[in-house]
Amino acid sequence: MPANYAPRYTPKLVVAITLAAAVGIPIAIFGAITVATPLLKPATLDALLPSATPAARTAAKIAGMALLGLLMVTFGAIFSGVIVWWERRIAGRMQSRIGPNRAGYQGFFVWICDAVKLVLKEELIPKDADALLFRAAPYFVLVGFALTFVVLPFGHSIIVADLNVGIFYVTSVTALVVVGILLSGWSSNSKWALFGGMRSAAQVISYEIPAGVAIFIPVAMAGSLSMQDMIRAQGGLPWEWFIFRNPAAFIAFFILFISQLAEANRTPFDLPEAESELVAGYLSEYSGFRFALFFLVEFGNIWVLSAIATTLFLGGWQIPFVSAAAIDAARGAGPLPSLAWWGWQALSVVVFGAKAFLLSNVVVWLRWTLPRIRIDQMMSLCWKYLVPAAFACFVFTLFWQLAVGVAPKIELASGIGLTAFAAVLTLLFARRVALNVREVRGDKYDFSNW
Amino acid sequence: MEKLILRRVGHTGEEMLLNFGPQHPSTHGVINFLVDTDGEVMKKAVPDVGYLHRSLEKIGEMVGYPGYMPYTDRIDYVAAMFANEGYAMAVERLLKVQAPPRALWLRAISGELCRIGSHLVSVGTMATDIGASTPLVHALREREAVNDLIEALCGARLTYNYCRIGGVAYDAPQGWRDRVLKFLDHFDSVLVEFDRLISFNEIYIRRLANVAVITREQAVDYGLVGPNLRGSGMDWDVRRDVPYGAYPNFKFKVPVGHGFRGTEGDTYDRYYVRVLEMAESSHIVRQALESMPDGEFMAKVPRKIKPEAGEAFSRVESARGEMAYYVVSDGTDKAYRIRARTGSFTAMGIIEDVSPGLMVADLVALIASLDVVAPEIDR
Repeated sequence: MPANYAPRYTPKLVVAITLAAAVGIPIAIFGAITVATPLLKPATLDALLPSATPAARTAAKIAGMALLGLLMVTFGAIFSGVIVWWERRIAGRMQSRIGPNRAGYQGFFVWICDAVKLVLKEELIPKDADALLFRAAPYFVLVGFALTFVVLPFGHSIIVADLNVGIFYVTSVTALVVVGILLSGWSSNSKWALFGGMRSAAQVISYEIPAGVAIFIPVAMAGSLSMQDMIRAQGGLPWEWFIFRNPAAFIAFFILFISQLAEANRTPFDLPEAESELVAGYLSEYSGFRFALFFLVEFGNIWVLSAIATTLFLGGWQIPFVSAAAIDAARGAGPLPSLAWWGWQALSVVVFGAKAFLLSNVVVWLRWTLPRIRIDQMMSLCWKYLVPAAFACFVFTLFWQLAVGVAPKIELASGIGLTAFAAVLTLLFARRVALNVREVRGDKYDFSNW
Repeated sequence: MEKLILRRVGHTGEEMLLNFGPQHPSTHGVINFLVDTDGEVMKKAVPDVGYLHRSLEKIGEMVGYPGYMPYTDRIDYVAAMFANEGYAMAVERLLKVQAPPRALWLRAISGELCRIGSHLVSVGTMATDIGASTPLVHALREREAVNDLIEALCGARLTYNYCRIGGVAYDAPQGWRDRVLKFLDHFDSVLVEFDRLISFNEIYIRRLANVAVITREQAVDYGLVGPNLRGSGMDWDVRRDVPYGAYPNFKFKVPVGHGFRGTEGDTYDRYYVRVLEMAESSHIVRQALESMPDGEFMAKVPRKIKPEAGEAFSRVESARGEMAYYVVSDGTDKAYRIRARTGSFTAMGIIEDVSPGLMVADLVALIASLDVVAPEIDR
C-alpha cells in the first residue's frame, strides 16, 4: 500500500474496538449457535424440564424454535455483511488498489455503514410498477434464502433440524428465490429488469438440473438424503471424503460448484444483473431496504453454497482421526452433555467453518478474475456439457457402489489416488502463482505520485 | 418523431424497442442506441448520435487560430494529443511554417505515450464490458503513470493543449527522458501480465472471437480507420503510409488483424490489435528518445497569425484512427471554416449494418471494440 494512502492516524481505541469486533463477532455468533442449537432441541428441552406442564413445555419448544430461527437469520445477515467487507478487501488487493479502509481499523465496519446507509435511503417505487408485487419480491428471495438454514449443519450436533429429506428440502426452498427474482423483474415495469428476471429464471431453472443430478451422487454413496447422515458417511481425512472416494464424484463436485455459482448469480454467471449490459438487471429499480435485502441474500448465498458443497463432498464437520461415534459416546447419560462433548462440538464447528470459508474465498476469487459468459454459452454449457456429464457420473456412481459392495478396497484406492492427484494439481497451481508473483513483484515503477 | 424512429429501426410491434442509452454504463459516453430486440437477439441496433454536440467546428470560426488549440482537446479527450497535433499541422501548412525537428520529436513521443494511455482505456473498458472488472483497474493504474509523464511535460493530465502552431509549448523537463524509459521498462512487462490476465482468458476469447465480424470490404466502404480498419485485415496506417512529423525516422510494425482467435475482423481482432499497438508505441518512444535532436522547439511564428487566403488539410493517425483537419482561411485572423474528420463518427455508422442477429451482450462488445468516444462522434 502506498504510504500516503493509509489513514494518517488511527486512534488506538478504534483499533481496539475493531479488533474486538473482528474477533468477537465470529466467536459470539458461532458460539451462540454451538451452545443454543443442541440445548433448544425439543428432546433436550424435554429432558431439561422434567417436571413442567405440557403447556409450558410446548411454550418452551416454540420459544426455542423462534430463538433458533432468529439466530440463523442473524448469522446469515452478519455473514453476508462481513463477506462484503472481506470481498471488497480481496478485490482491492487483486486490483492493486486499497479497498475500504476508513470505517474502523482497515475499514472493518464498512458493512455496518453500508447497511445503515441503505436502510436510511428513500424507498422509491416506480409510478407504473406493480406496487404489491414490487414490495413483495424481496421477501420471497429472503425467505428462500433463510429457509435453507433449517438443514444447514454447522457441527456434529449443531443443526437446527436434521430432516430426513435434508438436501431435497434445500433444493426445493431455494427455488423460491427464482420466484422473487421473476416477480421483481416483472413488477418493476422496466425493460432492463424484465431482461434480468427472464435471464435469471432461465439460468436458475436450467442449472438446477445438473446441480440436482450432481447431488444424487453423494446421496447414492451415503444412502440417505439427510445432511448429517451424509457427513457421517464420510470421514475426517481427505481420502475419506466423497469427492475423492469415487472418480465420478470428483467430477460431480465441480459440476455442482459451477451450477451453484450459476444459481447464486455469481461471476462468471452474473448475467441477471450484468451491470455492463442490463444496467443492474432486476435490481435496477430497487433502492433502500428492499435493495439491501436482495444484497443480503446475494452475499449470504456464498455461505449457503459453500456449506452445501462442503457437506456433500468435502467431509463436512468431520474432525480428522476422530470418528462421529466417538463424539456420540462422549455425550454421557445426563440431561446436559459432558464438557468433553462440548469441546468436540466446538472443534467440529471450527472444521466446518474453515472448509466453508475456504470455499467462499474461491467464489470471491473467481468473481474478480473471470469475465462474464454470454447467455447462449451459458445455456449450452448447462444443457450440452453439465447435464450429460452429471448423468454419466450418476450412472457411473451406481455401478461404482455395486463394485464397492464386492470389493470395498477400491474406495480407499480411489481416495488415496485422487487425493494425491489433487495435491499435485494444487502444487502445480501454487508454483504457477509463485512464478507470476515473482515476475511482477517489486514494482519497477514508482506509482506513489498519485 | 417516435414513428420515424420506429420506422428506421424496422419495428413491427412484435419486438421490444430498447433505449440503450443515453445513460447506460457501457455506451462510453452519451450515446443512444435504439435496439429492436426479440428476447436476447437483436433485430437491429440504430445509433442515435448528437447528445454531445457542442458546435466545436463552428467555434473555430470565432476564436482565432491559436485560440482554437484548447478546443481541439475536447474533440477527443481520451487522446487529446493527436487532435492538437493535427490542427497544428493544418495551420502550419496554411502559414507555410515548418516546425523544428525537436518539436516534431516531442510531438511523436507525447503522441505515442498518449496512444498507450488511450488504448489502455480502450482495452480496460472492453474487459469491464465483458464482465471482468480487474483488468480495467490495472490498465488505469498504468494510464495514471502515462498521465504523470505527460503532466510533467505540459502540466495537464487530460486536455493537454501541448502543441502550438509552429512547435510545442514546452521543452521536455530535466530528467524526463529517464522517467519515460523507466516507465517503458515497467510497461513492457505489464503488457505480458495483461495478456495473461485477460487476453488469453478462455471465456474472454469465446465472448469476442467470431462476434460482429466486419469484413475488409465493409470496413473500407464504411470508412473505418485506425485499429478498427486494421482489425479487419486492412494494412493501413497514416504514420507509415502518409508519413508526417518525425515518423519517417522510426522503424515500427503495424499490427494487422488476421483472425488471431477466430475470423478476420471480429471483435477479438480489433481488441488485440490495440494490445499489440501499445507494444509498438513503446518501441517508437524508445527510438524517438534515442534520436531526439537538440535545438529549438518553436518555429518563428508571427505574433498575429493571419494566413493568406487558402485551404490546408492534414491527417494524423490518432488512437482512434485517422483524424483529419481541413482549415480554410479567408485572409483574416479567424478561420473561415474548420472541419475535423474523426474515426468514431464513421465507426458508429457500421453498427447498424453489423448488429442484426447479434445478442444484446454482443452489442456491448461491438461498441467497446470500436472504441468510440462520444465527443469525437458529435464534436
